[in-house]
Amino acid sequence: MSVLVNKDTRVLVQGITGKEGSFQTQRCIEYGTKVVAGVTPGRGGETAEGVPVFNRVSHAVRETGAECALIFVPPPFAADAILEAADAGMPLVVCITEGTPTMDMLKVKRAMSGGKTRLIGPNCPGVITAGECRVGIMPGSVFSMGSVGVISRSGTLVYEAVDQLTRRGIGQSTCIGVGGDPIIGTTQREALELLNEDPDTAAVVLIGEIGGSAEQEAAAYIKKQMRKPVIAFIAGSTAPPGRRMGHAGAIISGDAGTATAKKAALADAGVTISDSPAEIGATAERVLREQGLL
Amino acid sequence: MKVHEFQAKQILAAFGVPVPQGRTATTAAEAREIAASLGGKCVVKAQIHAGGRGKGGGVKLANSPDEAEQAASQILGMQLVTHQTGPEGQRVKTVLIEEQMAVERELYLAVLIDGASARPVMMASAAGGMEIEEVAAKTPEAIHRVSIDPVTGLQPHLARELCFDLGLSGDEQKQAAKLMTALYAAFIEKDASLAEINPLVTTKDGRVLALDAKMNFDDNALFRHAEVEALRDRDEEDPSEVEAQSKGISNFIKLEGNIGCLVNGAGLAMATMDSIKLAGGEPANFLDIATANDVTKVVDALTIIAADPNVRAILVNIFGGMARVDVIAEGIIQAQRQMEKAIPVVARLAGTNVEEGERLINESGLPVIRAADLGEAAAKAVEAARAA
Repeated sequence: MSVLVNKDTRVLVQGITGKEGSFQTQRCIEYGTKVVAGVTPGRGGETAEGVPVFNRVSHAVRETGAECALIFVPPPFAADAILEAADAGMPLVVCITEGTPTMDMLKVKRAMSGGKTRLIGPNCPGVITAGECRVGIMPGSVFSMGSVGVISRSGTLVYEAVDQLTRRGIGQSTCIGVGGDPIIGTTQREALELLNEDPDTAAVVLIGEIGGSAEQEAAAYIKKQMRKPVIAFIAGSTAPPGRRMGHAGAIISGDAGTATAKKAALADAGVTISDSPAEIGATAERVLREQGLL
Repeated sequence: MKVHEFQAKQILAAFGVPVPQGRTATTAAEAREIAASLGGKCVVKAQIHAGGRGKGGGVKLANSPDEAEQAASQILGMQLVTHQTGPEGQRVKTVLIEEQMAVERELYLAVLIDGASARPVMMASAAGGMEIEEVAAKTPEAIHRVSIDPVTGLQPHLARELCFDLGLSGDEQKQAAKLMTALYAAFIEKDASLAEINPLVTTKDGRVLALDAKMNFDDNALFRHAEVEALRDRDEEDPSEVEAQSKGISNFIKLEGNIGCLVNGAGLAMATMDSIKLAGGEPANFLDIATANDVTKVVDALTIIAADPNVRAILVNIFGGMARVDVIAEGIIQAQRQMEKAIPVVARLAGTNVEEGERLINESGLPVIRAADLGEAAAKAVEAARAA
């Protein structure tokens, strides 16, 4: 089961004929993802990566029953691509694109509020349900099936954390890359809610980073409602204030943005913190053993 | 991206935000002329990106063209040190000469994005002229906020609400509300991430103006704002960062330590810096090479890192997802062969095409120190830096 995506999820790729779109679509198919269609305006009627290409998302949905959109379009067109998928009634949209203007995302969030579409990203590595479905760009080989959910703002830190878990024989349920931008579709808190309700997830590894206050909001939820152990790492303890550390969202402005403040909020909510990124796996193993989950 | 005060004021003025009369000068003689044209009494303000210019001696009042010339000659060319510049300070190339205002009240006004609500927020405070962070910490109730729907924009009732919170009435309230609308329009249309007026002043003759202004812009939106990009002042940026950008490496930030880092992914790059610190070392930079499957870019990145005289060791940490380890390995080999001084390189390589990458390094015969995981890599890099 897990959350968001599984072996039956019918995936549509927007930007399937682009360089990254086509390469990643192949990797998704190899992983076992059920890719049913692609969309590139003006290329309708062609075939790409073995699936039909459509001009419009709405037609692709009608013809193929696609229920999850994976977006690889360049940043100036990302907001439009997300809204096209939402207008077509797509339940889940995963936007990988990095570099979308914040103002565009404000409008997207506003337009999607109250609607039935869930957005993951943008600027994210996507979602993967281990052994079943990869909707994104994560290297499938490091994942193994199990019951630890992973939530992360960063892509490469998911690989790092999951690799450490897999090497210790700890498998994963669903890994959700929520994205590194200041405005994202699904927040850490919302991702936690999903995994909290998922019978296949026994514990959660949460990977945050400096900037914003999303980790504090996640901590408030954990303190009140989380029924499963959470292990967290916060990247950027050594980052200087006022500088954007790669991710548009990773900039310390104000006290809430610091790693120290985030760790304190999470620790207060009962989360076990791994101070070192090299010890996420070891920390998770210790917590799982203490809780009798391993 | 940041701009200077005078540039922010030009943008805001174009949207209808009243600002004092003034012009910029790059020589003391020019400053004198501008002061004369303003009637003699003026203020001379250093134009650097960092805040805290007044405390550092970068803002001086002048009561005559002579005094303005003297003030400008003191400020131009100085290394202005503020709490935001670091100990070495920032050289002043330009001063802004403005008319003096008969200030009655100093207020604070800003627009920024609130990530939690995904909406723009306008903030105002009667405690202007102070660091807003200080106000927020000491008297949070003194900061008033309105949350703005990005579709409908700053509605008049929201502007009125802030005006009443600030204790403005009559004509001043009307002027301030108009100014707020103009500020919001500039913020939205220019894709700003911050538009701040501190202080916003009311004058003895009943006017409301932006005495200072600061604007930061969303780097992701610069593709549609060539006019903003044109305001970039490279002299305000670290030379090695400018060089990195010219080579297409946008995610490079120079730091103070002695262990250079080359990593793929911003999160992993930050985590690598954290690991170095935990192992007792200090990172010399942040560098996310992203998914540049381009040997030249890897060589360029390593060359820029090695050019920092503080660097005693380099840690390469790659977890290849989209990035290919063999490409990175080839870059390490080429860079090491070109390096003028021998800097030890510690490499932790994992992910896509790692076997091929390992083979390339082994066959090169170069002394690349290997590490199996992130913790080991950091420890070895710290050790190598100490030994060097």
